[in-house]
Amino acid sequence: MKTFRAFIHKEFLHILRDRRTLLVLFGMPVLQIVLFGYAINTEVKEANVAVLDQSRDERSVSLVNALFSANWFRPVETLKSPADIDRVFKAGKAKMVVEIGPDFAKRFAEGRAQIALIADASDPNTAKVVTGYAAQMIAQWSRRFSTEHTVEVLPVEYRMHYNPEMKSVFLFVPGVITVILMLVSAMLTSISIAREKEHGTMEVMLVSPLRPGMIVLGKAVPYLVLSLLNAAFVLVIGLLLFGVPMNGSYLLLLLEGLLFILTSLSLGLLFSTIAKTQQEALMLSLFVLMMPTILLSGFIFPTSSMPWALRAFSNIIPAKHFIIILRGIMLKGNGVAVLWPQTLVLAGMCTVLLGISIKKFNVRLQ
Amino acid sequence: MITVDHISKRYGPVEALKDVSISVPRGELFGLIGPDGAGKTTLFRMVVTLLLADSGTITFDGHDVVSDYRHVRRNVGYMPGTFSLYQDLSVRENLEFFASVFQTTVKKNYDLIADIYGMLEPFADRRAGALSGGMKQKLALCCALIHKPLVLVLDEPTTGVDAVSRREFWEMLKKLKAQGITILVSTPYMDEAALCDRIGLLQDGKLLRSGSPQDITANFDRPLYAAICKEPYPLLLALRKLPELDSVFPFGTALHITAKEQLDLPALHKELARQGFSDVELQPIEPGVEDLFMHLMQ
Amino acid sequence: MTGAITIHAKALTKRFGAFTAVDAIDLDVHAGEIFGFLGANGAGKTTAMKMLIGLLMPTAGEARVAGYDVYTQSEAIKRSIGYMGQRFSLYNDLTVLENIQFYGGVYGVPPAELKRRTDSLVHDLGLKEHVNTRLQSLPLGWKQKLAFSVAMIHEPKIIFLDEPTGGVDLITRRQFWELIYAASAKGVTVFVTTHYMDEAEYCHRASIMVDGVMAACDTPAALKEQFKVKTMDEVFYQLARSAQRAE
Repeated sequence: MKTFRAFIHKEFLHILRDRRTLLVLFGMPVLQIVLFGYAINTEVKEANVAVLDQSRDERSVSLVNALFSANWFRPVETLKSPADIDRVFKAGKAKMVVEIGPDFAKRFAEGRAQIALIADASDPNTAKVVTGYAAQMIAQWSRRFSTEHTVEVLPVEYRMHYNPEMKSVFLFVPGVITVILMLVSAMLTSISIAREKEHGTMEVMLVSPLRPGMIVLGKAVPYLVLSLLNAAFVLVIGLLLFGVPMNGSYLLLLLEGLLFILTSLSLGLLFSTIAKTQQEALMLSLFVLMMPTILLSGFIFPTSSMPWALRAFSNIIPAKHFIIILRGIMLKGNGVAVLWPQTLVLAGMCTVLLGISIKKFNVRLQ
Repeated sequence: MITVDHISKRYGPVEALKDVSISVPRGELFGLIGPDGAGKTTLFRMVVTLLLADSGTITFDGHDVVSDYRHVRRNVGYMPGTFSLYQDLSVRENLEFFASVFQTTVKKNYDLIADIYGMLEPFADRRAGALSGGMKQKLALCCALIHKPLVLVLDEPTTGVDAVSRREFWEMLKKLKAQGITILVSTPYMDEAALCDRIGLLQDGKLLRSGSPQDITANFDRPLYAAICKEPYPLLLALRKLPELDSVFPFGTALHITAKEQLDLPALHKELARQGFSDVELQPIEPGVEDLFMHLMQ
Repeated sequence: MTGAITIHAKALTKRFGAFTAVDAIDLDVHAGEIFGFLGANGAGKTTAMKMLIGLLMPTAGEARVAGYDVYTQSEAIKRSIGYMGQRFSLYNDLTVLENIQFYGGVYGVPPAELKRRTDSLVHDLGLKEHVNTRLQSLPLGWKQKLAFSVAMIHEPKIIFLDEPTGGVDLITRRQFWELIYAASAKGVTVFVTTHYMDEAEYCHRASIMVDGVMAACDTPAALKEQFKVKTMDEVFYQLARSAQRAE
């Protein structure tokens, strides 16, 4: 236990004395939130759309068919009552609900028909794009029937459920937390182990009576603690500075966070068994971890708008699942009941990675 | 204390060690001498349980280094060739950290390192990265000694260190040996051979010879001469052309010459004078470890 | 030595803030001379050498290398000297030929001339069968000799060698020194640093720096006589043990 304390103490001294590490730890989160606070417009294909048609007349059916005739939207469910809308969104089944009121054909003929496009604004990019497309298609459709009359654009009512002001930063805070956790746990851990290899201190450590498990743990614990602190730091910035909502349970957030950190740490350990120098560790972390995490996890670009190969690939990126979990907890207030599939995937990944990396972290050099 | 018995090791197509056997009795200072890539580091890593041999066995204090590696790890002090401490920790922090790694305290074994650490004490709060090469070396040695090991394994501790620090380092080793610690050290510097009890000459993974420096040079089986003159390079080229000579190499200010049999010096003088070398001093000399090593390499 | 002076320094000084790394050193090295530049780590060796090869601006004093002023003509100096850094300065992932061609190109050797020099270099080093081998699979000793020859590819009048023989085996070290001898015999000035004190004996003259000052500079024989010792190692020890400062 004394040895272990000495280990932790030493590791913190390293971190506190290295300006670059400190910059990564505390500069990056702020920078990223500020940068990503302003979203980039992205294209959406095949968004899941549910329909609540309270008219079911000739006109409304024709409109619904028109909406799904192009490949932009995929029908997922036909709702029976307005109460279903909340359910569909909470379950994450649809990106948008098209709500058609009663007597649609009659009102259309009178030129006072209304359609509500309700989008899941916890993902503002997608929401904006999806409702935009839908409005355009509805306008096009209406022109088909009323060319001899004056062309009327149907008024579209937005009713955003989770993110009424469409603030992208809401969406990015969970993303930034994910990237930071990955960065701190995987990249910094693998670099710090590689540094010990470069300086020959790892060799001395291996030749000491310490068990390898102790060495691994001594490296992992400080970064686990730091990761948690950091996640809290980003969360507080998000809550205070940007007014990001926190609708779910903090305890669940902590537990899911721990699971993700553990997964990232195992990845870091795995890298450090491959990389011999700090530079190699850095390259590995950047290309195998950071790039996919940032680009393919749904952090910036929605996975739903990716080609199928990339979309399939994104499933093996732990960050993708964690981002879904975080957005679920923070923005929608989801609980385990909804998030269990992602949690299970993450737990599986964690077990496999941890197993491999502990097996590879040998008592010898080979 | 350490017995290396017919050890071989390959890395792919490269034979790093070929059938090497060495035995080092308790309390001896044994030097493994050879250039980069000779296999010194590979052998040392096997002794300290970091690598496995392809064939052969190594015992350490009577324990097999493979099956009983825990015994070795408790009782060896190891300084890898790349060992450069934690640059961002202070002298004191480094020492305390290594003490705790070996589950001991600086206080408990202070007497062993007192001499060496005494020289570092004024800089106890300085970061290791800001120490001079010589001081880093001393600190690294302290860290390797902190748990009172039976054996010290030092991989090229003096490489890149200037002559003054090297000499001090060897003084420290001598003192440690006097306290009963067995020391296994490697070096590329030939002049350090004379400071060891016994040495092993390693080249391309092969142990060319081992024994005390005196024994090793005693079985040099060729006549050896030194030639001194003002312009050694033209003389070297001229001597290389003479058929009765075996090898001619620059050796400091002199040239060292081995011959197939005893040379007729007056005749050689005359021949050299004929070629225009009038100021050559030629005399038979006793071979050094370096002469023998070079002879065995050819 | 009677050749023309090719490296000249007078009161050459470099200060970093309040720290005087090189303190007014005087130096005259002649054409064809092998000049050993010794000193403990931190004595100011590297700093002095960097000033001479035009990589570092001196604080005070004067220095001329190959007739060019180090303050104003560092580009001309770089063109007229050869330099081989500590350990190894070639590309491991290129072949022998590619390395030679690259450096020949860097120094602007005309193609026909480069081909002639390449052939003779490859012949002299006995690398004929290995011209298309990548360097990483050659032994360290061969690489060092090749690095030296490549540093000489533009036939400079002066060559600077920074610890060229570290880690190399005994016979290769000698072969390396024979290359140096051969260059010197052709009138090339050789300026060399080393950690092996026995190698200082190969030099025509050796200087020893202590704490930024040139503490001694003479032929090895004269130095040994002056300090009444048998080896250059002893001379070095006598001088350097009084050193106050470290890296």
